[in-house]
Amino acid sequence: MSGPLDQVARQPGEWLRGTGPLHEIVISTRIRLARNIRGFPFLPRADVDTRREIVETVRSAVRRATLLKDHVCVDVDALDELDRTLLVERQLISRQHADGSGPRVVFFEPSEASGIMVNEEDHLRIQTMRSGLQIDAAWEQINALDDALEAHLDYAFHSQYGYLTACPTNVGTGIRVSVMLHLPALRLTNELEKVGQAARDMKLAVRGLHGEGTEALGDFFQISNQITLGRSEEEIIDDFRNVVIPKIVEYEQATRQALLKHRPHALDDKIWRAIGLLKNARLISSHEAMQYLSHVRMGLHVGRLDNIDLPTLNELFLQIQPAHLQKLHGERLTGEQRSIERAAFIRARLHTN
Amino acid sequence: MGLCERCKKAQATFHLTNIDRSGNKTERHLCDRCAGEEGLLHTGKPTLDVDELLQNFISTSKSGGVDLSSLVCDQCGISYVEFRNQGLLGCPHDYDVFKEPLTRLLERTHGATQHEGKVPKSLDAARKPQRDIRRLKRQLEEAVAGEDYERAAKLRDRIRELENS
Repeated sequence: MSGPLDQVARQPGEWLRGTGPLHEIVISTRIRLARNIRGFPFLPRADVDTRREIVETVRSAVRRATLLKDHVCVDVDALDELDRTLLVERQLISRQHADGSGPRVVFFEPSEASGIMVNEEDHLRIQTMRSGLQIDAAWEQINALDDALEAHLDYAFHSQYGYLTACPTNVGTGIRVSVMLHLPALRLTNELEKVGQAARDMKLAVRGLHGEGTEALGDFFQISNQITLGRSEEEIIDDFRNVVIPKIVEYEQATRQALLKHRPHALDDKIWRAIGLLKNARLISSHEAMQYLSHVRMGLHVGRLDNIDLPTLNELFLQIQPAHLQKLHGERLTGEQRSIERAAFIRARLHTN
Repeated sequence: MGLCERCKKAQATFHLTNIDRSGNKTERHLCDRCAGEEGLLHTGKPTLDVDELLQNFISTSKSGGVDLSSLVCDQCGISYVEFRNQGLLGCPHDYDVFKEPLTRLLERTHGATQHEGKVPKSLDAARKPQRDIRRLKRQLEEAVAGEDYERAAKLRDRIRELENS
């Protein structure tokens, strides 16, 4: 089993590098812009030929934009299910893009810090990704990429409604800022509902690891804006940078400190049970592994563990996912085989560490 | 903040004021746990299904005089009913064809009907001052609402500057 993406599975990926401001709690910052090209129907009304033409129009713009000269193109339609899932696990494409049909591609930078999905829900979904809280860096890059593409593409833009999108929920700026947070202490103390309520009050959505419609795996949560019309990109970004994220981070940190002070044994028990299970399990699902890895990650950050290094842990979060596991193993595995292989992989990584 | 009137141990975080028909007021102050045990908290997670709300909104909307079911885009051929069922529009022109019902829908989902922010470079230069003024005026309203008068004064000066330039 070999394919164009074999090497990709071995890299850590931008969003799990575990660096950047507030990286102990803020895993990654992602921004996407939804764009459509004037003169083409939106995707629900685009037949195969039109979709192909859209791909070629974007390809030609990418080729002419020097800022995008390092972006590689992967033909998502030509990939098998495993490779598509690999890209979803790395957050380079969405589940919807993976499961779609017809001509569709993704362009991405080799560092995976930016990418462009073509023919997802809109003609273009441009995204930038950074580890930790780096909203400004993510915005600067995506703004520049958008300008570079716009120089060669005629975007569908309306003087009243802004950038036009297939779904009216994205119209206007077409921006979605998503910040992924690791909130194990708030989850352990059942305080997450308060975060959810506060987010809803600010018209923000709280989602699981892979965005829309996914559950919260391993205490990871994505906070993202819902409103795209009537507020500028800068105003939306300001809310995240100055209000929402600092508040949640402070809340998680305070809860961790409170646990350390008042329930140190309960906290240690969670952390060390997680270590015990990860080092000894013979069959483990990705869901279960994510949960224990989450507790170990918290253990590292509150100073209750020091014999596991953060890069190893961050790699594990990604490499235990089903598609990565199979890619690294070199062959396709059934559900039970994956659980066996995953358990062995984790044991090996944690024991040699 | 006082203690829970029921267990008298934890902080009271739940405050209920009940006013009956004859206007008599009774107050209760409980901690989360006691409020839960008395069945005063919603135990299930609040669910807010945006898609469903949107769906309900679209299907109940009646436009003044315009029969929404007869609206069809002359460019992509999508009808308002199809859009209503799938939630996605057929082409950029739909925003003009369905303008009336869409404007109300956008007002509901975004609380606004006028774009603010980035504009393609080719259209940008001419409109920038007006956009800046609009944005600053909104920030001014926010500053006043938040009683941040120092910021409000600065914003007011900036708006005057732009309006006179």
